[in-house]
Amino acid sequence: MINMANEKVAMPIQDGVTRRNNFDEVALGYDETMAKEEASRCLNCKHHPCISGCPVKVNIPAFIKEVAEGNFQKAYEIIHETSSLPAVCGRVCPQETQCESKCVRGVKGESVAIGRLERFVADWYRHHVKEEKKPPVSNGHKVAIVGSGPAGLTCAGDLAKLGYQVSVFEALHVAGGVLMYGIPEFRLPKEIVQHEIEGLKQQGVTIECNSVIGRSESIDELFEDGYEAIFIGTGAGLPNFMNLSGENLKGVYSANEFLTRCNLMKAYQEGADTPIQKPNKAVIVGGGNVAMDAARCAKRLGVEEVSIVYRRSMDELPARKEEVEHAMEEGIQFQLLRNPIRVIGDESGWVKGVECVEMMLGEADESGRRRPVEKPGSNFIIEADCMIMAIGTSPNPLIRSTTEGLDTNRKGCLITDEKGKTTREGVFAGGDAVTGAATVILAMGAGKTAASAIHEYIQNKE
Amino acid sequence: MYTIVKKERLNPTVTKMVVLAPKVAKKAKAGQFIILRVHENGERIPLTIADYDRVNGTVTIIYQIVGKTTMLLNQLKEQESILDFVGPLGKPSNIEGLKNVCVIGGGVGCAIAYPTAKALHEQGSNVTVISGFRNKDLVILQKEFEQVSDHSYLVSDDGSTGKKGLVTDVLKELIEQGSQFDEVIAIGPLIMMKFVCQMTKQYNIKTTVSMNPIMIDGTGMCGGCRLSVGGKTCFACVDGPDFDGNLVDFDEAISRGATYKDFEQKEREATCNLLQKEA
Repeated sequence: MINMANEKVAMPIQDGVTRRNNFDEVALGYDETMAKEEASRCLNCKHHPCISGCPVKVNIPAFIKEVAEGNFQKAYEIIHETSSLPAVCGRVCPQETQCESKCVRGVKGESVAIGRLERFVADWYRHHVKEEKKPPVSNGHKVAIVGSGPAGLTCAGDLAKLGYQVSVFEALHVAGGVLMYGIPEFRLPKEIVQHEIEGLKQQGVTIECNSVIGRSESIDELFEDGYEAIFIGTGAGLPNFMNLSGENLKGVYSANEFLTRCNLMKAYQEGADTPIQKPNKAVIVGGGNVAMDAARCAKRLGVEEVSIVYRRSMDELPARKEEVEHAMEEGIQFQLLRNPIRVIGDESGWVKGVECVEMMLGEADESGRRRPVEKPGSNFIIEADCMIMAIGTSPNPLIRSTTEGLDTNRKGCLITDEKGKTTREGVFAGGDAVTGAATVILAMGAGKTAASAIHEYIQNKE
Repeated sequence: MYTIVKKERLNPTVTKMVVLAPKVAKKAKAGQFIILRVHENGERIPLTIADYDRVNGTVTIIYQIVGKTTMLLNQLKEQESILDFVGPLGKPSNIEGLKNVCVIGGGVGCAIAYPTAKALHEQGSNVTVISGFRNKDLVILQKEFEQVSDHSYLVSDDGSTGKKGLVTDVLKELIEQGSQFDEVIAIGPLIMMKFVCQMTKQYNIKTTVSMNPIMIDGTGMCGGCRLSVGGKTCFACVDGPDFDGNLVDFDEAISRGATYKDFEQKEREATCNLLQKEA
């Protein structure tokens, strides 16, 4: 029986007031009844448009059908055929612009809650199935993956399934990349990330932490060590600043630093050795998911007033709608059509305010969004003892500056073809290192594409 | 895990550790640093590489016991292990072609100045070392400096060892007496490097300083280590740690270095109390 309700089964969540005092996960997840009820909203369309919206091509109608019938393990196996990290994707993918945007049910009402169902299936599997995955029979070929974020892990998982001996090199002391240092615990519990990584290890993937490729070893040395192909998934890199006066005052953070202290180094927990400032009033500059994450972390650290300053309007906010709504429920203020022009410091070198100007939207720029222009004379000051810059990143120079024959574009992003091949033979790349800052699922899609290109490359070499 | 093969107390607050880290040792060069973490909830701290031995696969670090992490590090004994030890990070010092160099080390900064002096000496440069300490109890690496320098001068704030005075006093004297340095390399407390640079600027001598700001990842991701160099923001971990001292905004660096002063003070006292109780 198809459930013809026009709305998704509601997701149970912690309410805004409670959750802004803890780092526990906001969305609590469907139970079995809710999952089956939601799954039965799927029409199982013949032309399955949802799959075309998924960067890793999960067989969505097939897994949802199993959920509707209560075959949760079967559902997991279907997802796992194409996705190495279902518990992660179910939580952080922007489904509303991907699979769910193509859902036929979305024409008249809300689309099927594909993301929530994916999350349910992955969580159910994690809680109910304890069997260890077995490494497939080795095909004798070695591949190195640089970076253990979503691109690297996906590429590693796909290659391991094909029998490759995969080594992942990670610069930090723990694997997971942005899933560990960037995305906060309340959106993506770290235990889940580590569980997914454990699964990859069981499939034979080895992970070497504390390895900074480009410094501890070069790409050329990896080839000398017998790796036949190398995938570079080093992520977004250096945080951008605006070159404002006062930007290096104490209390000004990049979002990367603020989030790394909070998430990776667990500065929010009592007893962590890594310090983080406990400000009274924080200004976050930027309108993406990273800005929302930083703002919501600040709130949870006890900051009374948290404001997001964004130079365009609500309609142009690049963050996911759900993240913006959650931020608002938690009491984050939105200062839209505002732009910082100067950071004001006190006599001891701490931030005490951010001078902003009002903006208005002019003609559309090359990105298609209307270009913000300053309103002359509209200057005003937001009082704040902390400012967090969440305005994107520029690629890390470590690998490109130590590797011959690896071409980059004007911005420093690695140049690849549509399959992830770089200009250097045997070297592939994907994720933010290629595209500049983007999403987890796009990085996973790139990792997946590169894995099949690497497979083809090595098979043809023989 | 990275085994401590040797631990040696250089003075009451400064310790030398030789750590087994073959991959780091294989690549290490003067001027580069490592980041270590002592335990599971520990912070990541950067320490400059004081020496390395490619044959035995070891890296030497020299640290001053200043805060919680260095206190915990100092609790570890020979044959015990450091949890994480990553490197080499940062750009190596660029010393190629230098003929006549004055290397200045202040306090524990001498640990960083030493490998640079050694590398200069090995490439045949004429090396003058000026090292300065608060008092005689804090002196480190004097023998080592003598072995890798053509001239070596020691000063202390209170005159309890060497000549009483500051490193800048000696530098000024040498310059006034006609020493022609291609470059001065100054490594030590920010305030010392600031005054060295103020002086060399007057004489128009190129001066390189090694910056050691607050850092988390050390690979260019967090931006915590940023400093103003010639009006531009640089990241010490990927653009440095060596910079043209005459362009560095030292006052800003000094201010930023004190960001977590209160937190560090509290942690230090708590750790002190805890260690005393345990002992």
